Amino acid sequence: MDLNRRRFLTLAATEGAAGAAVATAATIAPGAVAQAQDLRRDPKPLPPDAVGLLYDSTLCIGCRACQAACKEANGMEAEVPARYAAWNAGTWDSPTDLSGDTLTVIQVYQHGTMEEKDSPTDGYAFVKRQCMHCTDASCISVCPVTAMTKDEGTGIVRHHPDRCIGCRYCVLACPFGVPRYEFDDPFGQIQKCELCADVPGQDVPACADVCPTGATLYGHTETLAEEARRRLATRTGEAYAFPRGVLLRAEDGGDPVTDRARHEAPMGPYVEGIYGEHLLGGTQCLMLAGVPFTLLGVPEDVPDTSYASITEGIQHTLYRYMIGPILLLGGLIAFAYRSARQHRPEEWD
Amino acid sequence: MAHAPAQRHAPIGGRVITLPFVILAAFALAATFFLVERFVFGLGAVTNLSDGYPWGIWIAIDLVVGTAFGCAGYAVALLVYILNRGEYHPLVRPALLASLFGYALGGFSVLIDLGRYWQGHNMFLPWLSQYNSVMLETALCIAAYITVLMIEFSPVVLERFGLKNVRRKLDRVLFIFIALGVLLPTMHQSSMGTILVILGHQLSPLWQTQLLPLLFLVSALFMGFAIVVFEAVLASVGFRRPMETFILNRLCVAMAWLLAGFLIVRMADLVFDGDIARAFTATYDALTFWAETLLHVLALFLLWPRGPRPSAQRLFLAAFMLLVAGTLYRLNCYLIAYHPGDGWFYFPSVGEIMVTLGIFSVEVMLYLVFVKKLPVLHTVEAAYREEHAAEARERPAPG
Repeated sequence: MDLNRRRFLTLAATEGAAGAAVATAATIAPGAVAQAQDLRRDPKPLPPDAVGLLYDSTLCIGCRACQAACKEANGMEAEVPARYAAWNAGTWDSPTDLSGDTLTVIQVYQHGTMEEKDSPTDGYAFVKRQCMHCTDASCISVCPVTAMTKDEGTGIVRHHPDRCIGCRYCVLACPFGVPRYEFDDPFGQIQKCELCADVPGQDVPACADVCPTGATLYGHTETLAEEARRRLATRTGEAYAFPRGVLLRAEDGGDPVTDRARHEAPMGPYVEGIYGEHLLGGTQCLMLAGVPFTLLGVPEDVPDTSYASITEGIQHTLYRYMIGPILLLGGLIAFAYRSARQHRPEEWD
Repeated sequence: MAHAPAQRHAPIGGRVITLPFVILAAFALAATFFLVERFVFGLGAVTNLSDGYPWGIWIAIDLVVGTAFGCAGYAVALLVYILNRGEYHPLVRPALLASLFGYALGGFSVLIDLGRYWQGHNMFLPWLSQYNSVMLETALCIAAYITVLMIEFSPVVLERFGLKNVRRKLDRVLFIFIALGVLLPTMHQSSMGTILVILGHQLSPLWQTQLLPLLFLVSALFMGFAIVVFEAVLASVGFRRPMETFILNRLCVAMAWLLAGFLIVRMADLVFDGDIARAFTATYDALTFWAETLLHVLALFLLWPRGPRPSAQRLFLAAFMLLVAGTLYRLNCYLIAYHPGDGWFYFPSVGEIMVTLGIFSVEVMLYLVFVKKLPVLHTVEAAYREEHAAEARERPAPG
C-alpha cells in the first residue's frame, strides 16, 4: 500500500489547488460583480392592447364602492376584522388589506390632525390597492407550472388555479404584495385581481364601473398614461372634466373615448410622476397622488428594471441551451470513471 | 468474521429500540398530530404563515438548511470520485446516507407545505413547465437528486442481501450516477440562491446580490463537509469508534479555503456595491449580519491549520460553528432579512416547530436503523468496536 505517499502527495495537491482557487476568487470577485450586472435579459415591451386602471388618489373620496362592487362581481365573502366583530355581524364588509377574499381595497394614509385631504402633514390620502398587472411580472417569472400568465393582447395577468401547486412563490416575490393565498382553507387557492376578465357582463372592471368620481378609471394603459400626463400638466385648482368609468383608445387615433358623463372638479395638487409608468419595468395600472407615493405604502425606491429580467438573465446565462451543465456533466463523468477504475472494490473482482 | 479483510463495510449491530430512539419516535408522533391538523383545517390552522411571510421554517429550515446539511454526500463524492481522493472512502457511505435522508425529508417538507399538494405533480408535466422559473429547475433537480442518491446508496442494500450480480452490473454504470450526484447539487444548491434574486428590495441589500447563486453553492459545500466532520466525530463517540482524525483534519483544510473564499467574495461584493454601509446602522439587519459574519470568521479561525494533529474537540467545535454560521446565513436570506413591508410579522408556531423537530427526529431514527442493520460504516472500525465490546463484556453492561 502506498497510502502514506499518496496521502502526502494529495495533501500537497489539495492545498495548492484550493489556495489557487481562493486567490483567483479574490482577484476576479469585483470583476464578476460588474459582469453580473450585465446579465439582465432585455425588458419586455407593453402588449399591443394593454389595458389597466388609472387611480387618481386626489379624486378618491374613500366611499369604497369599488371594494363592494369587486366583491359582488367576483363572488367573495365579506370580511370583518376582529376589532369590529363586537358590533359588526358581517353585514358591513370592512377589509383592511388585500386577502383571499378581497381583490381590491381602499386604504388611507393619516397624519396628525388629519384635516386636509392630500396633505402629507396633518392630512390624509387614499390609496387603492389591487394587482398592478406588471409589464414584466415577477409572479409569471417565478411560477413553476405556468399558473400565472399574461394575456398576449390585453396584458392582463391571469391566474389558473387548476395548474397552481400552491407553492406561494408568487406571494413571496410580488413587489406589490398582491397575490394572496387562502391559508384558512384546507383546499385554498391564490387570489388576485384579473380586471374582471372572466366576470360575465363586466366589460369594464367592476371597481372602475361604479367609481362615482372617476378616481378609478379603466382603459388602455397608453391612453391612461396620456390622461395622467395631461392632469399633471394642468394647473392646480383649474376646472377639469374628469372622465369616469372607461377611457379607451380611439380606433381612428383621435381623442380617447368615454361613454359616460364626466365629473367636473378642480384639478388636484399632485406630486411629480406617474406611479407605475417606469418602475420595475412598468405596470399597466397607474396611479397619481397628492402625497409622496412612499407614504401610501407602495414601493418607490426601486429600479426601473424588472426583477424578473435580472433573475432570468442570470438563469439563462448559466443554463443557455444547457451547454454549461452538459459540459460539466461530461467532465464529471470522465473523472468519476477514472476514479471508479482505480478504486474498484476488490471483493467483486 | 471469516472474510473480514476483504469486506470494507459492516453493520454495527446492536439493539434498534433504545431510549433515544423512543424519544425521537415520540417527537415524530407529535409531528404527525400537527400534520393531520394541517391537512384537515389548512395551513393557517397550524402555521403562522401569512401573505407577508408565505414561506416559514418548513422551507427555510427543513428544505434550505436541511438540504445544505444533506450536502455531505455531494461534498464527499466530489472529493473521493471527482478529485480522486480515495483515502476519504470510509466517509462515503455514511455521508450518502445522511444526504439521502436530508434530501428526502426536505422534499417531504415541501409537499406538506404546498398549498395545493394534490396538484403537485403538475411540476413534472412538461406542457405546464415554465422554464423561466428558478423554482422549476430547483425542484426538478432536487427530485432527480433524491433518485440519484437512492441509486448511489443501493450497493449498500444489495450487499446486505447478497445480490452480487445486480451489484456488479450496477457497479459498471455507477460512475454515471456519481457524476450526476455531483452535477445536480451544483445546480440546485446555487439555484436556491438564485430563487431570492427576484425578491429585489424585499431582501435586505446586505444579502441581496446577483452573486447569491455562487454564495449558496460555496456555503452548501462547506456545510456538507462540516456535516461529515460533525457526524464522524459524533459516530466515533456515540458508537465508541476510533476517530479518523487524520482524514478529518485534511478535510478541515479544504473547508478553511472554501470558507475564506466565501467571505472574500461576500465582502468584496458588499464593498463594491457600497451596501456595506448598512452594516453600520442600528438595525436588526446589521445585528444579524454581524452575528453571521462573526460565526463564519470564528469557524475559519478554528479551522485554520496549526499543528499536524488537531484535537477531536477542536474539530467538532469548528464543524459545529460552521454549521451554525451557514444555517444563520440561509435563515437570514430566507426569513430574517426578508422584509415584505409594514405590518407583517413571523415567528414559527408550536405546530411548525414540532413538525420540523419531528422530521429531524425521523432523519436521526432512520440513520440509526440503517447504520445498525446495513453495511454503512467502515469495517476497520467495526473490528475496533468488537475489541471494545469484548472489553465491555467484562464490565457490567451499560443501561
